[in-house]
Amino acid sequence: MPSLNFAAPTSVDEAVKILAGASGMTKVLAGGTDLLVQLRSGRARPELIVDTKRIPGLIGIREESDRFVIGASTPGVMIYENQALTRAWPGIVEGMDLIGSEQIQGRASLAGNLCNASPAADSVPALIAARATAVIAGPNGKREAPVEAIVTGPGQTSLQKGEFIIEFHVPKPKPHQSDAYLRFIPRTEMDIAVVGCGVNVTLDGNGVCTDARVVLAAVAPTQVVAEEAAAALIGDKLDNDTLAKLDAAAGRACKPINDKRGTIEYRVKVAGVLARRAAAIAFERAAKR
Amino acid sequence: MAKTHVSTTINGEPIEFLCEPQQTLLDVLRDELNLTGSKEGCSSGDCGACTVIVDGHIVCSCLMLGAEAEGHKITTVEGIAEGEKLHPVQQKFLEHAALQCGFCTPGFIVAAKALLDENLNPTEEETRYWLAGNLCRCTGYDKIIRAVLDAAAVMRGENPPSPAA
Repeated sequence: MPSLNFAAPTSVDEAVKILAGASGMTKVLAGGTDLLVQLRSGRARPELIVDTKRIPGLIGIREESDRFVIGASTPGVMIYENQALTRAWPGIVEGMDLIGSEQIQGRASLAGNLCNASPAADSVPALIAARATAVIAGPNGKREAPVEAIVTGPGQTSLQKGEFIIEFHVPKPKPHQSDAYLRFIPRTEMDIAVVGCGVNVTLDGNGVCTDARVVLAAVAPTQVVAEEAAAALIGDKLDNDTLAKLDAAAGRACKPINDKRGTIEYRVKVAGVLARRAAAIAFERAAKR
Repeated sequence: MAKTHVSTTINGEPIEFLCEPQQTLLDVLRDELNLTGSKEGCSSGDCGACTVIVDGHIVCSCLMLGAEAEGHKITTVEGIAEGEKLHPVQQKFLEHAALQCGFCTPGFIVAAKALLDENLNPTEEETRYWLAGNLCRCTGYDKIIRAVLDAAAVMRGENPPSPAA
């Protein structure tokens, strides 16, 4: 087995140089709560680990005039303790906060959860629903991509050799815009989503939805942007007819597998239920601001 | 393969060590520094027996590389008591007999101490959620939760009656 090396660069340029120059399997380390488990089990056998946390800006949350900038390796505990972000996007924060225990929250990050590329990643749906983007550094400089463009399949991302995510940009909410994320698990804590659903809505002054995004997790190889489900909300208030259309459309967006967490039929059913419940929360929050 | 030189602070003392890239902080604590209070249970971040405090936040030391400790302040279960004087959480664990085999206890003590550093008046529900990342296969948790809530009362200056022996 090749020996493992560890690098902890202190600038983006240095990190890109190390990542681009590495031969053999290389892993980018953020919080490590997935990577270290994979190292231990032998599922990942990298020759080089590149720790991103000593790069300035990779940990921390910055508020700019029109957006939040969240460092890629910022741990969950710093996200849920950030009051401005929690007020602006409660759904994004509750998605991240659902991951693992308090101990996991001390390390786990948005970039790690995204790039681990699990269809069940709890922090991802609400980020996509908020039209967040990832800023990616690489040998050709920086580029920005929608969060939904990063994961291409279970364990697979669109990041190229030498690239890594340095931060996320999340636009600030418009008037009467808010979000919610719900996850279904058969217990109250410490489990992986059977289904997850993030809903982001913008209302007019009369409570009529003018814009919506519905994103499902754990029902397909990647997170699903359920456009038909969003369309079911736009132009309507949240009445029973709208909810029924949303439920049906969310179910149709699912392409799930049967596994120990749930059957195809069950996941489709739960996706509709969660979409309705998350939409109700997002509408209520949006109406209040 | 190059060992990494790490400078850190553990239980208030500046500590330097060399570690292999794949060694976890837990490996370093136990095998290099002889701080064997932190336990290895699952090695996958599920059981919390290896819980330590890093810069004020609890983490599983099995999910952190030793090399990542550079420049950080770490508190292990060995750093919870002040000399011979037990921390109220430790004292209440004894009084409530909140342990049987004791393997999970260091992780619970560290996690509970961190909770009370942040919130001296947690509800039972908050305490149970906070400790959801610590598994105990002996006690059924009830005595643990009571011990932590009693320790909180002591730290608030109240004087809860000791449980009957």
